[in-house]
Amino acid sequence: MLSFTFKRFLQLIPVFFGATLLVYFLVFATPGDPITALSGGKPMTPAVEASLRAQYNLDQPFWIQYGLYLKNLVTLDLGMSFSGQEVRDLLIRAFPVTARLAVMALAIEAVFGILFGVIAGMRKGKWFDSTVLFASLIVIAVPTFVLGFVLQYVVGVELGWAKPTVSGGATWGELILPATVLGLVSLAYVLRLTRTSIIENKQADYVRTATAKGLSRGRVVNVHILRNSLIPVVTFLGADLGSLMGGAIVTEGIFNVPGVGSLLFSAIRKGEIPTVVAVVGVLVVVFVLANLIVDMLYALLDPRIRYA
Amino acid sequence: MVQNADPKPLLEIKDLAITFSTPDGPVNAVRNANLTVMPGETVAIVGESGSGKSTTALAAIGLLPGNGEVSAGQILFDGEDISKASEKRFVELRGNHIGMVPQDPMSNLNPVWKIGFQVKETLKANGLAGNNPKQRVAQVLSDAGLPDAATRANQYPHEFSGGMRQRALIAIGLACRPRLLIADEPTSALDVTVQQQILDHLDTMTSELGTAVLLITHDLGLAAERAEKVIVMYKGQVVESGPALELLRNPQHPYTKRLINSAPSLAAQRGDKHELAVDQVAAQKTEPLLKISNLTKVFDIRRGFGRKDKFTAVDKVSFEIPKGTTTAVVGESGSGKSTIAQMVLNLLDATSGDIVFDGQAIGKLSERDLFKYRRRVQPIFQDPYGSLDPMYSIFRTIEEPLRIHGIGNQASREKKVKELLDQVSMPASTMHRFPNELSGGQRQRIAIARALALKPEMIVCDEAVSALDVLVQAQVLELLDELQRELGLTYLFITHDLAVVREIADNVCVMEHGQMVEQGTVDEIFENAKSDYTRNLLAAIPGASLI
Repeated sequence: MLSFTFKRFLQLIPVFFGATLLVYFLVFATPGDPITALSGGKPMTPAVEASLRAQYNLDQPFWIQYGLYLKNLVTLDLGMSFSGQEVRDLLIRAFPVTARLAVMALAIEAVFGILFGVIAGMRKGKWFDSTVLFASLIVIAVPTFVLGFVLQYVVGVELGWAKPTVSGGATWGELILPATVLGLVSLAYVLRLTRTSIIENKQADYVRTATAKGLSRGRVVNVHILRNSLIPVVTFLGADLGSLMGGAIVTEGIFNVPGVGSLLFSAIRKGEIPTVVAVVGVLVVVFVLANLIVDMLYALLDPRIRYA
Repeated sequence: MVQNADPKPLLEIKDLAITFSTPDGPVNAVRNANLTVMPGETVAIVGESGSGKSTTALAAIGLLPGNGEVSAGQILFDGEDISKASEKRFVELRGNHIGMVPQDPMSNLNPVWKIGFQVKETLKANGLAGNNPKQRVAQVLSDAGLPDAATRANQYPHEFSGGMRQRALIAIGLACRPRLLIADEPTSALDVTVQQQILDHLDTMTSELGTAVLLITHDLGLAAERAEKVIVMYKGQVVESGPALELLRNPQHPYTKRLINSAPSLAAQRGDKHELAVDQVAAQKTEPLLKISNLTKVFDIRRGFGRKDKFTAVDKVSFEIPKGTTTAVVGESGSGKSTIAQMVLNLLDATSGDIVFDGQAIGKLSERDLFKYRRRVQPIFQDPYGSLDPMYSIFRTIEEPLRIHGIGNQASREKKVKELLDQVSMPASTMHRFPNELSGGQRQRIAIARALALKPEMIVCDEAVSALDVLVQAQVLELLDELQRELGLTYLFITHDLAVVREIADNVCVMEHGQMVEQGTVDEIFENAKSDYTRNLLAAIPGASLI
């Protein structure tokens, strides 16, 4: 297990460099000139333009640019944004907001997805099961931006139960609505996955044996059906944390959340290579770590899995 | 038999009917079943799959599947009718009044909990854990014959062998000293020698504790050997019941007679088949079709950190199969017998040694010659559910080898498939059906038809009849026998079941831990076995000593 974890950490290195190189190249190759974008299309003197190009190393060929970027990275200097802010500071401001949003979304989808999934699975074919199955299908089918605007309008504006938009501070309370929207689609998947898994496990031979031992119904469900059924669900949840962090662009846009999604979106539009690469780099690390945690949880839940 | 003085029956099933509701309407799984189990007595219910024997027993412990219910009759446990008892009442009864040992040790222990935990929760649920549950768990496990129980309790099911798991399940079933134990095919998934040990142990324990046992089995020999009373069920009804030996020696119902005649452990050798085989052996002795010499297979087992262990699955095995005869390779699981089959089929490469088929060493064949070789040697595998593609119609399944080997055209292939189906006694209309529409025996016939399609000279049967009920097994063995006589086929027959060997084989090779322990003709092995291992295997055949 230890050597497995160590190996996986080593794998982070090539993954990180590969991802940053690829992203750096993609932004580099994107049509449009960052300097023109920066000036907002207004004319500027060649001298100013040249000095700006030199400041952001834009006058250098690709490999030199990437090399300089890596060199600065070692000293944790992530470069400057076009508006003159340290990219590091931008990240430090945006990441906690997105992390808070993602964790809340994950909590919502885990708690309600598993709860409803278990109830539906145990009462297969009854009205509760049919209702949640139908509801989850709708959630999966409707695009997030539709769902987001509808909930924002109904819950935020009409009913006034939650604030329709988020302030600069992005407090936990303000994030409940966006987190619900963000987690809703995954919630539907978690629910369906849990339900299927419960239905499958409840027919397992060892569940019948557990009943034959004289255990109460509650114990059979909690000890013998639930743990075994959660194995695939945990795998899904772990991998989903990564996508929640990176995939919040639409939700953050709707609710005006000052998170990573908004930062990344505006940086891509401006062709601001250092910001894009830094954000994606961190997201890649989060993704790989989330997967590592999933694999370790997997071994914890299922003793048959041992890594060498 | 402590409580035999008590005249009151412990379990009495009266006119029991069990109905399953299915999308196609209600199905009566059990009708008019009657049986009585006295305290301390062992009663066996015998029947083939689908006869309702397990369903009857499960009703007595309230474990019918969700769509099944007792539709008539009574189940009296100690005088109380529990046929309509509440779930709460059953929770009270299960464990400390009625225990169960289930069929398949591989699937009946929860893979994610330690063995000790699973025993402990049984004790706790029935209020018998005491103040030192750990010690109690170890005691219960070692009573069930599990060596080194205190350490073993800390292991997970996947770290146990099948026999050890079944011991753990017996420990769980008997942990709370139930008065009635329902043993549902408790050993049918195990090797004969392990089966014998486990059943002996179960006998000792239940007679010490005075536990009555309701033993469910498909094996009449085993039932007769272990039970005082035998109940034969067929299509949901009890067709015959009575004291074990009497029923075996003097069966009244035609079904019981058929069952006794086809049980390989009870039936005598088939005389006509044997004589013919001897003739063939004499005629062909000079020219073996398959010659295996010093065959060895070593597997690498990964241990992590780049370390490897070597495991010798097959160790310098040599034997010959004369043309037109049947050679059986027998042994317990892990003895390397299936590895030999896979090497003969060239699905695995041999580490060293030679397999020579009709004068050609198959290890050195080119791609093209190998393709030709595959045409001459065909397999039949154990599990007819797994070895037929569920998405292929029967026609496509049987036609596929013909197509791959480019034999005939569409019309002639269709004619050939019809012929093959006829050869295995299946109607031509089966062509358009799919494997899931057929029974286990029918599927195995299809697997045989597929194997025959290319007119092979040799067929490798890897546990080809082990998954089948006795009656079906007898039919399939007969079919193989007929085909051998008609087509002069040569069989390499891999099996763990010595009783089957006596019916089908001319020569026998006995394997233990990858090595050949003994080989000889069927008569030599069965009447004059030289090694202790073979004698143990023979003695372990249930019911062998009864007739």
